[in-house]
Amino acid sequence: MISNILSLLIALPLVGALILLFIPRQSERAIRWFSLFAAFVTFAVSAILFASFRAAPEMQFVERVVWIPQFGISYYVGVDGLSILLVILTTFLMVIAIGGSWVGVTERVKEYHIFFLALEAAMIGVFVSLDLFLFYVFWEFTLIPMAFLIGIWGHGRRVYAAIKFILFTMFGSTLMLVAILVLVFAYRDVTNTLTFALPELLKMPVPLGLQPLLFGAFALAFAIKVPMFPFHTWLPDAHVEAPTAGSVILAGVLLKMGTYGFLRFNLPLFPEAARQFAPIIIVLALIGIIYGAIVSAVQRDIKSLVAFSSVSHLGFVMLGLFAFNAQGINGGILQMVNHGLSTGALFLLVGMLYERRHTRLIADFGGIAKVMPIYAAFLLIVMFSSVGLPGLNGFVGEFLILVGAFRANVWCAAFAATGVVLSAIYLLWMYQRVMNGPLTRDENKSLKDLSPREIALLVALVVFIVWIGVYPRTFLDPIMPSVASLLGILK
Amino acid sequence: MQRCGGEKSPLLPRPPAPPQDLRCLVSLSVPDLNFRVIAPALIVTLTALVVLLAELVTPAHRKRWLGFASVVGLLAAAGATIGLWSVSTAAFGKMVVADPFGLFLTLVILLGAALSILLAMDFVRAHRVDQGEYYVLVLFAVVGMILMATATDLIVIFLALELLSLPLYILAAFKRADARSLEAGLKYFLLGAFSSAFFLYGTALIFGGTGTTNLMKIADTLARNPRDDLLLVGAGLLLVGFAFKVALVPFHWWTPDVYDGAPTSVTAFMSVAVKAAAFGAFFRVFFIALPTLGLDWRIILAVIAVLTMTLGNIAALLQSNVKRMLAYSSIAHAGYIAIALVAMGANGAPSALFYLLAYTLTNLGAFGAVIALSDGERERLNVNDFGGAAGNHPLAAAAFAIFLLSLAGFPPLAGFTGKFFVFSAAVETGWAWLAVIGVLNSLVSVYFYLRPIVHMYMREVTPGWDRVRVAPLVALALVLALIGVIALGLYPTPAIALATGGFIR
Repeated sequence: MISNILSLLIALPLVGALILLFIPRQSERAIRWFSLFAAFVTFAVSAILFASFRAAPEMQFVERVVWIPQFGISYYVGVDGLSILLVILTTFLMVIAIGGSWVGVTERVKEYHIFFLALEAAMIGVFVSLDLFLFYVFWEFTLIPMAFLIGIWGHGRRVYAAIKFILFTMFGSTLMLVAILVLVFAYRDVTNTLTFALPELLKMPVPLGLQPLLFGAFALAFAIKVPMFPFHTWLPDAHVEAPTAGSVILAGVLLKMGTYGFLRFNLPLFPEAARQFAPIIIVLALIGIIYGAIVSAVQRDIKSLVAFSSVSHLGFVMLGLFAFNAQGINGGILQMVNHGLSTGALFLLVGMLYERRHTRLIADFGGIAKVMPIYAAFLLIVMFSSVGLPGLNGFVGEFLILVGAFRANVWCAAFAATGVVLSAIYLLWMYQRVMNGPLTRDENKSLKDLSPREIALLVALVVFIVWIGVYPRTFLDPIMPSVASLLGILK
Repeated sequence: MQRCGGEKSPLLPRPPAPPQDLRCLVSLSVPDLNFRVIAPALIVTLTALVVLLAELVTPAHRKRWLGFASVVGLLAAAGATIGLWSVSTAAFGKMVVADPFGLFLTLVILLGAALSILLAMDFVRAHRVDQGEYYVLVLFAVVGMILMATATDLIVIFLALELLSLPLYILAAFKRADARSLEAGLKYFLLGAFSSAFFLYGTALIFGGTGTTNLMKIADTLARNPRDDLLLVGAGLLLVGFAFKVALVPFHWWTPDVYDGAPTSVTAFMSVAVKAAAFGAFFRVFFIALPTLGLDWRIILAVIAVLTMTLGNIAALLQSNVKRMLAYSSIAHAGYIAIALVAMGANGAPSALFYLLAYTLTNLGAFGAVIALSDGERERLNVNDFGGAAGNHPLAAAAFAIFLLSLAGFPPLAGFTGKFFVFSAAVETGWAWLAVIGVLNSLVSVYFYLRPIVHMYMREVTPGWDRVRVAPLVALALVLALIGVIALGLYPTPAIALATGGFIR
């Protein structure tokens, strides 16, 4: 079983979705419990994967089956330090997302869970694919369930947001498809073998003349997904209109597909072009850090505040990746996980408030801590994690990234550090306006505090938030050898 | 086959006939009549004749039997086609061939016809045009299409073109009581006749330049004398004739009106099978006969492909009528296939064949879903009419959504795999910029393919769904198409293997 564990991880949610098809739509409880069960089993299997993962640079749990021999395409999966954490993050957040939809989603429950499980399979597929064709198939396939989740179960302008989400992401990825083809045929012209397998393509240095164009095409696809400034405009729409669990997965996992793409494809395939483009990307990342933070600060809607904060946090990740040193890239990878946990938790918390009051405007709240003390405690912990308080996960990631940036360029680190300060400002200011102060509105006086289900979800998230903050080696050790070998290619 | 003085140009005076020419004349009058090579076309012809006669004695409420008989005949023809696979031979004085390229297209055409008849059987009853002639006309058109896909002589291609076109003119106008259907038939007839004239004149000029209408012999002549103005004009006219039939810009103007006005089951059939047949001949003429033509026709075709994709997709963006949207989308898809024609490399023809198969299943499925979701004679054609379909007919709506996503090129569906192969054929042969325009076009197309999906799943419910009954045969056709679309997307390997057989040159 352990040798096919990655296929098992992809198959489990799909099988779950297929079984859901045969559960009658009226039995909503059965659908919810079964989906939770499927997500949990997938998470358990991924935990086994993590436990049996060795801290080594090479690909592990590799499976390869010929798929379309005429084009050298194979079903080729494997996991290494760059992807292992993201696989776990995906399966973990999926449990949280399904648990978080328990009362929030009441319409078309069956389809909702089918889309979610299909999305999970595709996301895992993106992180473990080693064949460019397979990767592209999974990459594109994530769009459809997510667009349906936004378009059917979202809020006000959900259809607009869903279509914008699809068109923006596809714009980048269609050009990536051509770039993949150009890369593959350039390899064939030299080696006389047609293959879409990444490990084989990495053996041939891509011609210098081709690198900038291909780098650009891949980078555009990933930069839109991250999203990097100035490609971020789809993000606030998608986030604000998406249902709570959709936002959790969107912020937690889908955005990481972009940063992961840079790490997995752009850096090793086109190292020279990566060096050439690094200044541009770092500048855009810095703009994103500061712009995202400033725009967050002036939002009136809590959810769009959290959405814009993602632009800022993902700027940090990009800065780390393009610092081209061990601290920066390790920190970048860890920060992907951290952002998934803390922003996922923030969206979940915002959703809990929305389920109770059906508004997300900061002005409608005030003094909530008095009626919802448990909620207030969790919000505070998660916010501190997002701000980067020592002892919690955010600190470790941001610190490593800043060290990496400092080694690369002092000014970069200085600018990025202001982002940390700004994030403290917009989050704490929001907390102050929502949770503290007098309880002025009557509607807010009768708000119920968290239910045991909600507490369980948040505790699960906080466990990891603290774990990474206190003992990050559990998660850093497995990724370091792979990062070291990636740096070997870049140097 | 014995060669009998056909090598010399007919324009030159013949030398005096030696005595043994008498035997030669005898053998000329008895060419290699290998009926096995045209067995699929013969079986369909026989089926058509049987159905035509049976129609006389079939009572009015039993006309469906004729439909079933037609499907059986098409399946038998498909069996004969598969039996021919390993033969790979030319017959009838090299006018018709049985090669993997032609046989693959024959299967695509037979498949498209069979599925469209399944879609039509309840449709024609609902629209009160339940006549046996419907099936007869479809079958005769199929004969023409099969011949067109397997012909290697311009005269045979022309005859096949006429044989497939005439029944389609009638079918387009089959709803006699409907003015729009009549308009479609007339328009199709007039412009079709026009394009046939172009094609015939092109054939005449090429005959004038090379002294033959056989594709292989034209290639031989061209190899010796590549630049001949007469040939260039002739090739240009052939291009126009083909472009009319497969609806390439700027020869596409008839398409939206004809596809919109014709009965939906006819549109479904026309939009896929005509393209398969005409592209088959298009490929053969330009790959076999004219590859060494002095002027690089690929540049012209590349420009046409760009115009076709772009105009088709942009016009489709503006449609709110689903049938017209699918009509413009079919124009755009012809543009994608034209990319494969430009990419003359080893993967050009196979990728086009695969694309045609994928497109046939997907497009038939999409029109089938429109038929399935229609309410008796009242069809839901405006995109707004589909509001709430997902809640009322979840399976038909899901099928429609999957067909639309496949047309848009989302993996893992047949439409994506087809586009992937076509674009890779383009990149392989150095036409990467054409692939870039292709993918950007498919991005544009995503928007209008999503619109019916958005209405079915995300917008307010329109009334009248309780009257909609999905007929069992339509459901069967949808399920078959759906299986094909998903299977070709997930595991295209066997289909590609069949498509890479190539043609006899």
